Order: sequence, then structure tokens, then C-alpha cells
Amino acid sequence: MGTNLTIGKAINAGLRASMEHDPKVLVMGEDVGKLGGVFRVTDGLYKDFGADRVIDTPLAESGIVGTAIGMAMRGYRPVVEIQFDGFFFPAANQTFTQLAKMRRRSAGKLSMPVVMRIPYGGGIGAVEHHSESPEAYFTHTAGLRVVTVANPEDAYWMIQQAVRSDDPVIFLEPKRRYYEKAEVDTAAPIEEATPMGAARVARHGTDVTLLAYGPMVKTALQAAEADTDHSIEVVDLRSLSPVDYPTIVESVKRTGRLVVAHEAPLSGGPGGEIAARVTEECFYHLESPVIRVAAFDTPYPQSRLEEHYLPDLDRVLDGVDRAFAY
Amino acid sequence: MSDTTAHEEPELIQLLTPEGELAGHPDYPLDISAEEIRALYRDLVLVRRVDSEAVSLQRQGELGLWASLLGQEAAQIGSGRALGERDMAFPSYREHGVAWCRGIAPKELLGMFRGVTNGGWDPHEHGFHLYTIVIGSQALHATGYAMGVQRDGAVGEDGTAVISYFGDGATSQGDTNEAFNFAAVNNAPVVFFCQNNQWAISESTERQSRVPIYRRAAGFGFPGVRVDGNDVLACLAVTRAALDNAREGNGPTLVEAFTYRMGAHTTNDDPSRYRASAELDEWKAKDPILRVRRYLENNGLADEAFFASVDTEAEAIGEQVRSECRGLVDPEPLDIFHEVYAEPNVQIDRQRSEFAEYLASFEGAGAEGGR
Ligand SMILES: Cc1ncc(C[n+]2csc(CCOP(=O)(O)OP(=O)(O)O)c2C)c(N)n1
Repeated sequence: MGTNLTIGKAINAGLRASMEHDPKVLVMGEDVGKLGGVFRVTDGLYKDFGADRVIDTPLAESGIVGTAIGMAMRGYRPVVEIQFDGFFFPAANQTFTQLAKMRRRSAGKLSMPVVMRIPYGGGIGAVEHHSESPEAYFTHTAGLRVVTVANPEDAYWMIQQAVRSDDPVIFLEPKRRYYEKAEVDTAAPIEEATPMGAARVARHGTDVTLLAYGPMVKTALQAAEADTDHSIEVVDLRSLSPVDYPTIVESVKRTGRLVVAHEAPLSGGPGGEIAARVTEECFYHLESPVIRVAAFDTPYPQSRLEEHYLPDLDRVLDGVDRAFAY
Repeated sequence: MSDTTAHEEPELIQLLTPEGELAGHPDYPLDISAEEIRALYRDLVLVRRVDSEAVSLQRQGELGLWASLLGQEAAQIGSGRALGERDMAFPSYREHGVAWCRGIAPKELLGMFRGVTNGGWDPHEHGFHLYTIVIGSQALHATGYAMGVQRDGAVGEDGTAVISYFGDGATSQGDTNEAFNFAAVNNAPVVFFCQNNQWAISESTERQSRVPIYRRAAGFGFPGVRVDGNDVLACLAVTRAALDNAREGNGPTLVEAFTYRMGAHTTNDDPSRYRASAELDEWKAKDPILRVRRYLENNGLADEAFFASVDTEAEAIGEQVRSECRGLVDPEPLDIFHEVYAEPNVQIDRQRSEFAEYLASFEGAGAEGGR
């Protein structure tokens, strides 16, 4: 028995379920109350849970994350919304020096069950600072879990898993995919959902593994569909930190090739780290070097150029071709 | 608990009432000719027209986004016309009226909202920095610039003053508060110009501040003043006084222009979700343009021919904005790699040539996109 939901609505339903399940769960951020967030992801929560649990905060990201840390110390489980990727940076200090390190510093006496929801990535024709892919900043920081979703099913369950986690979770929402729709079995028990740390084979294939996450999963699936010369296996990474290497390695050992695609800039991006690790673990199975398809090492460009900046279907297919050129 | 909350209305500096009568203020005498007032009226009408044209262009899909200044014309023209040639302004993203006063052509602004540029004008040429999207950042830039002005010895009667624009929401940011403090301890020649348009997207001023915003300045050790932000004469007089004070070496002032954002936050926003239409009606009665027109009419300082000529000019500007917007050409794909670094950069060079080669591989391939 399924409900047809978009990714945005699925996160909304997941937040609602989390708030019903645990009275300590709070939602806070800019415009999350009456407006329901600029993407309407918190729509209706203010009306049903009230101003004490859905907090319209002052316009201050450092304040939002810093007070969420304090609330977590007091036993609450805050889910903060950062309005857009580029506005996370004012909260960088609180996130990196405090949120990520609190458990370790307190020798395990303090947990930080804080979720930071961030709409991220490009492709919506926005002005600057509204389209960035800052995931590498997070994955470079020990103490944070970093996850992202690519379909409504994951959106619904993973937000609930993130809220239940005692670790701080950076929950990246692919904004250009908010309106993707699918059936979600909202009645299933949460224990049966795929754990949020696990990668998932989204499409089986035999010739090459195409690894993607968040907004690029759809593009990867389209590439697999379009390429009639090769049998492409698509793996949806889901968790960027920690990375589920066993699932990736198993796939690469079968296909012998790996292409990693992401919207984040190439250098220092998640693709490089994955390429290095897979090379270590699959050296004798690889028929070609690991290929990365990514955005360029430039600032996110003005929107009239973003179609060239973001890896699209053609660039992903070009990456696949490069893997077969060896 | 404090005796004043943010929404309470303390005394506003007002020189021209909504009915179009000169009120005058002992602390802010304004020596201004009828001709100058007519020029201000013209500015107000023309920037409103640029703005409304841009809103329609967004609706027609010609712009990705637009942040309308509707209702805030007097705050922007009043303060913008108070600036001297050497002064430097640091705007946020809604300061189209100030941009107008600084000689930035509307098409430069349109280019940014169309996604053709990221700004791109020369801030030094115009005394007008680039639009700043990350809230509050520019208040620190303005303060640092003003500290540079001090070190250059450019303070004094013919000195340079700096002005930073931001909204009421921005006063919640650490950056803005740090700017207040840096400016105060350094006695920097900077004016903080807050356009309190009552809303930060869906959040009212009360979600940002427990006290009226202008009073925050006292805690940092410099004066704060609240001016009727829909009164172009008051905005001009108060900003001019604050700038002169800064330029003469007396340090910062916070000017809170009490005004109203009559439209949506941006063309992506739906204000009916969070505010009542009665509020809008109340503010419409305080329209910044209407009161100047009433004043000019009631005192016989402008005739029908003058108003008609301004309207004709507005028509022409509207037409110009439309055609210039449609005429803006998209950048070339390889522009992505331009102006990232001042020095040659091998990493960027390599990515650029690889991408050029990739693009060239489609040439002659016939169908768009290759495959
Ligand atoms: C650091 C940061 N956080 C969030 C945003 C998203 N945002 C854009 S405008 C805005 C409201 C700004 O309100 P205010 O400062 O009062 O200025 P106004 O738009 O009313 O002129 C928000 C939250 C942003 N641009 N920068």
C-alpha cells in the first residue's frame, strides 16, 4: 500500500512522523514556520505542532546551529533547515569546531543528535550561492555523518533515520529533484528500511559500475538507459560519510570498471577519495582507471552557464566511453 | 522585560507627511530647491518603473528572479542622492534605486538576475560595490573599506564616507553585529543604512529583534536614528547628516529607514501565506511617490506638463529595460573558466582545454547534444 509522494513531500511526511514519534524532535530555521520553508518542506508542521516545536529563527545560521547544539545538550533532537547550500558557511565554525567534535571532546558523555537539512546542488536557474555542492567540506570533517537522497522512498525513511541517529547528520536534499514522484510504503516498519549508511544498487549491469548520489542518480540512470553498447550498473551511494565500500567493491569486482559522477567540483571532491580507495581494493579487477565526471574547479557560474558546468547525460556517457577506451 | 518592542513606533524623523505637507525637523533642516524636489520625484518614478518592468520580465521568463524594491524607493533615492562622488556604497541585492543614483545601468542589474553575469560592474568606477547575496557580509566589507579610508587620511570636510545597506533580517547576523563593533571601536567613517521593510521573507521584524533596530547602535557606542523610510526628503537629510558626520571623523551612525516591502520578497515568494492584505493597504496610504507629487501639486511647484513628461520618460525607460533585457547575450561556455584567478593556473587551464576539446567533439555531429 503506497502513497504517491514527491521527494519534498516525502521529507515533510518523514519529519511529521519523527515529530509524532518523539516529542523531543524540534524543527528550526529561517521561514520554516508559517511559510513552511522556501521549498515548503516543513509545510503544515507549524500549524500542527506549534511554535515551540517549529521555530522560526532569527536570520543567523551560526545562531541556528549553535543553539541547536545547546538544545541537543538539553535532550532535544533539533532538525535545522539551512535555507540554501551557500548559506551554510556562516555556520561553518559551529558545525566544524563544535557540532562535529562534541562527542569526542566529552569522551562520549555528550551526544549531538542534530540534523542539518540543506537543499543543495544546481540546475534551478538561481542567482549565486543558491546552487552549490559543498559536500566535500562535510565529508572531510570527522564526527559528521553525511547523507543524501535520490528518491521519495529514501527521502521518507532516511530523514527519520537521521533524526533517530545520535550523531550529527548532514542531510543533503537535491533541490532540483524535489518534485520527483514515486510510491512510498509509509506504513512499513522503519526497521525494514535500508539503513542510511548503505549504498544501493539502483540498476543492475555487467560492464561498468556508474556511481552517483543525490541529484546525479537520475542522470546516471538515464545514461544507463541511453547507452545500448554497454551494460551499466548504477550504484546510488546514499551515504557520503561513511562510504559503504563493501557494496561498491563488490560491484566493481563484477564489472571491472568504475565511473564516479557528481556535481561537486572535481578536485578534492568525493570522487577522488572513492577512486583512490577502489583502486586499492580492486587493483587486480580493474580493466581501466577509475574515471571521474564532475563539475569544474571554478566557482558555480551564472545560471546561463550551469548546463555546461553541471555534468549532464552527455558528459556522463563520455565518462563511460573513456572507461572503455583502455 | 523591556519597555519597548520592535514593532512599537517610536518617533520617526519625518520632513514630508503622507498628505504632502512639509513638516520640518529641528535637527535635520533641509535646504532644498523646488527643482531638486522635482528631480527626486523623477528618480522615484523612474526606478519604480524599472522595477515593475523587471517583475514583468521575470513573469515572462526573461529573468530567473527579481527582488522588487516596490515601496522602498524613497529610502533608496533619498540615501543614494545623499552620497558624494567619492563615497562608496555596499549594497545587498535589492538596492536598484541606489544603483540608479550611482550610475549603474539597469541592464547591469538585469544581467545578474537573468543569469548572464554574477554582477560584473566595476565597483570603483561607480562607488557601488557588487550586490551581496549572503546576508550581512557587506556590512563588514564597508567597515573595512572605511578603516582603509581612515588610514589614507581621507577623513575631513572633503573626505570619503562609506555606506552599507541591509535589511532588518540582516541585523540578526553575526557579521552585521561584528561590523557595528569594528566600526565603533575604530571610529570608522561608515553609515549603516538598514531598510526595515518589516519582513525578512516570511518573518516579521519581531522575529529578529526585541528592540527597535536603531536602538541597537547605542549598545555598540554610536548613534542610531529612525527615519520615515517612505519620506524621500527625510531620508536625504538624515543620510546626508550621517555621512557628513562620518566623513568629518565622528564615526558611524545607524540609520533605520522604517518602510515597507509592498511586493513579494522575490518573484519566487508568495506573501499571502504569511501576511494580511490590510497591512499592505495601510502602507499604500504612505506611498513614497504620492506624497512628493501631492507636495509639488499643492504648492504649485510642478504643472501637468512636468508630470506628463516624467511619465513619458518612464514609458521610454520601460521600453529600454525590455529591449535591453532581451538583448542580453548568453556567455560562452568557456567563460566558466575566466577570472577565477589573477595568476595563470595550470589546473584551470587544463580543465578549460579538456572541456574545449569535449565541446568540439560535438561539432559536425549533427543532432544537438551529440548522441
Ligand atoms: C546568510 C544567508 N542566509 C539566508 C539567506 C536567504 N535569504 C535571502 S533574503 C532573506 C531575508 C532577508 O531579509 P532582510 O535582511 O530583512 O532583507 P530584505 O530582503 O527584507 O530586504 C533570506 C533569509 C541569505 N541570502 N543569506
